[in-house]
Amino acid sequence: MPKKYDTPLLNELEKGPWPSFVTEIKKAAAWNKMAADELGQLEKSYRTRLVYWKHGGIVGVRGYGGGIIGRYSELPDEFPEVAHFHTVRINQPTGWFYSTDALRMTCDIWDKYGSGLTNMHGSTGDMVLLGTRTESLEPIFAEFSSRGWDLGGSGSAMRTPSACIGQARCEWANIDSLDICNEMTQEFQDEMHRPAFPYKFKIKVSGCACDCVAAIARADCSIIGTWKGDIKIDQDAVKWYAKNGTDIQNWIVDMCPTKCMSYDGKELKIDNKNCNRCMHCISKMTKALKAGDEKGATICIGSKAPIVVGSLLSWVIVPFIKVEPPYDNLRALIRKMIEWWDEYAKPRERIGELIESKGMRSFLEYIGVPPVPQQIKEPRKDPFWFFHGDDIENIKKLEAEEKKTGKYKF
Amino acid sequence: MALPERRTDIGPPSYKQFLPPVIKKNYGSWKYHEILSGGVMVHVAESGDKVYTVRVASPRLLATETIREICGIADKFCDGFVRFTSRNNVEFMTPDESKIEPLKKELKDKGYTIGGIGHRVSNIVHTQGWVHCHGAATDASGIVKAIMDELYEYFTTKELPNKVRIALACCVNMCGAVHCSDIAIVAVHTKVPQPNDDLLKNLCEIPTTIGSCPTFAISPNPAKKSVKINAEKCMYCGNCFTVCPALPIKDPDADGIAIVVGGKVGSLRSSPKFSKLVIPFMSNEPPRWPKIVAAVKLILETYAKDAKKYERVGEWIERIGWEKFFELTGITFTYQHIDDFTFMRDTMRTASTFKYTS
Repeated sequence: MPKKYDTPLLNELEKGPWPSFVTEIKKAAAWNKMAADELGQLEKSYRTRLVYWKHGGIVGVRGYGGGIIGRYSELPDEFPEVAHFHTVRINQPTGWFYSTDALRMTCDIWDKYGSGLTNMHGSTGDMVLLGTRTESLEPIFAEFSSRGWDLGGSGSAMRTPSACIGQARCEWANIDSLDICNEMTQEFQDEMHRPAFPYKFKIKVSGCACDCVAAIARADCSIIGTWKGDIKIDQDAVKWYAKNGTDIQNWIVDMCPTKCMSYDGKELKIDNKNCNRCMHCISKMTKALKAGDEKGATICIGSKAPIVVGSLLSWVIVPFIKVEPPYDNLRALIRKMIEWWDEYAKPRERIGELIESKGMRSFLEYIGVPPVPQQIKEPRKDPFWFFHGDDIENIKKLEAEEKKTGKYKF
Repeated sequence: MALPERRTDIGPPSYKQFLPPVIKKNYGSWKYHEILSGGVMVHVAESGDKVYTVRVASPRLLATETIREICGIADKFCDGFVRFTSRNNVEFMTPDESKIEPLKKELKDKGYTIGGIGHRVSNIVHTQGWVHCHGAATDASGIVKAIMDELYEYFTTKELPNKVRIALACCVNMCGAVHCSDIAIVAVHTKVPQPNDDLLKNLCEIPTTIGSCPTFAISPNPAKKSVKINAEKCMYCGNCFTVCPALPIKDPDADGIAIVVGGKVGSLRSSPKFSKLVIPFMSNEPPRWPKIVAAVKLILETYAKDAKKYERVGEWIERIGWEKFFELTGITFTYQHIDDFTFMRDTMRTASTFKYTS
């Protein structure tokens, strides 16, 4: 029988209307010894305001270097059942869709070998199975992998890619975010499971600029759906919105960041060449406005959380790229980026940080993407720029050409 | 019993087998959607097919028993399919409108909270905290629970000028989009790590430990085969502790909570933004962190009252100015708000056109 702990502090978190994680731990603790000791140790943390998990520890399954996060209690004598309490990251099905059969299968395996506690899901996207012993890792992996499931990424490796719901149930998805994510996950299996990178590398795919998986803020490689061509307007639907309480002038036209819209009380007009495709008007008038026909993605690079030298949002690198099966262009581009990073980065240096220290030019030249103004908000303001190789020579050649033709080219 | 034969590098099972039939049929052909209430929406396909979605909250940390219960509900109403969202909500989908009310009733009877759709507070994205992390400066789930109990109606019914995304990280590693959230809670250490010299020489690689410090505060201590930390340079980020466990940083009184606001990830109207510091430190007060809950509610309700329709928290603050934000919320402005790390050049005001505050 699992040990029963007195948890006066945690019990306070069973009060109130929001679902309680304490109730969840107690459900498992009723039959599972590991969950019971997790509850006991957590109550102690609440009492002392200190965490009692040890740092890391290298554990895993044969042939893999990632997917399992080693976790040991600092208090194994007091809470012996969580002396080992490792996390298993199971790569989620893209988009977090499940059949109930698949979910029950997961629960069966986890009840047999683990704590009965999960995170649905971890921050990167994996199904997180919370707490098991070292000797159970191989059996857990055999049970999952034989049924068609695999581990996610951890450590200095390709991390489990994730995607928004995309075309499965969203009219705004410009790209098939689920398929792209799934294909990239399959592409980088080796890089996910055998950490050999300088640090982590995350890929996230959002179907539009609403960015429901926070790709722009949380992925080293952010793939965000967009389009070329005119926004399609259904003027009858515009009238429907006007009649049903939408203040088109104030809520739509005046909030357009590029002021490329106008409305005369009857007809909505968009000056498409000045639209920056932000999604405000489309998202507020989804029945009336549809993205243009030529779909693709913007590829941005570098975002990360603050550790070590401050957080970054991803930078636009490829303003527009077609992303259609079999996605060979995308696969090659990501591989090129990783190659450059792997070549030059220090340990624990993310690709965005390396671009900062080594220079955007080195990166762009390596991956074969030209500099274009869409990549920047404004040009540099300092006077300290570099000239490389034959930059000056090329300018001289151009000037010689100008002398001949009598026409300047700036 | 013999184990089944393991396979490697097969990746996740294809998502295609887990798509409900109506989703599969209308994949890529959705026309529009409507939000019917705080937790119910309908998507309409070009074909005329509809799929209704009922969204419920989860504490993210789920016992298998609860997952089985969710499966039971999905079997009964959703043809055996269910989905989780990027913010840890659970979505029940069905093409059959007549199932919505019975589904909602069953969910309510079983104690689920329906909501999180539209211009509301959705579920809080958060980290592990004391439940399962080694570096946590606070618990994550406990604060989330306490905050969402207080903001419950903003999840279920009450509307806001726009959606409000709240995130929580239990240290500055920020395993969650804390750095780009409307309102974010981040736990901070405030004490310099104390090298455990005896352990350090056996446990840690000294050059890596020195190299881990973003402010170059760590130097070698050859006499002890250990390292020294320059207290004036240390900003308690804990990165050294991550690479070297012999540099403990946790302290029950010195660890606490900061609040940052105004971030977003979407590009609607304005570019994605980082969250910025508004409260540098509040003490850890388990089990319900009342001061932190009050601070989040204060910021949310000030925004709700003052922002224009469709403005996100960050857009509202940019319109009124940060000086007005501090005035409206009554939050004290201190030295910590002025950047003295790497971003001062970009964050100091360079014009005399500020607004006066009382």
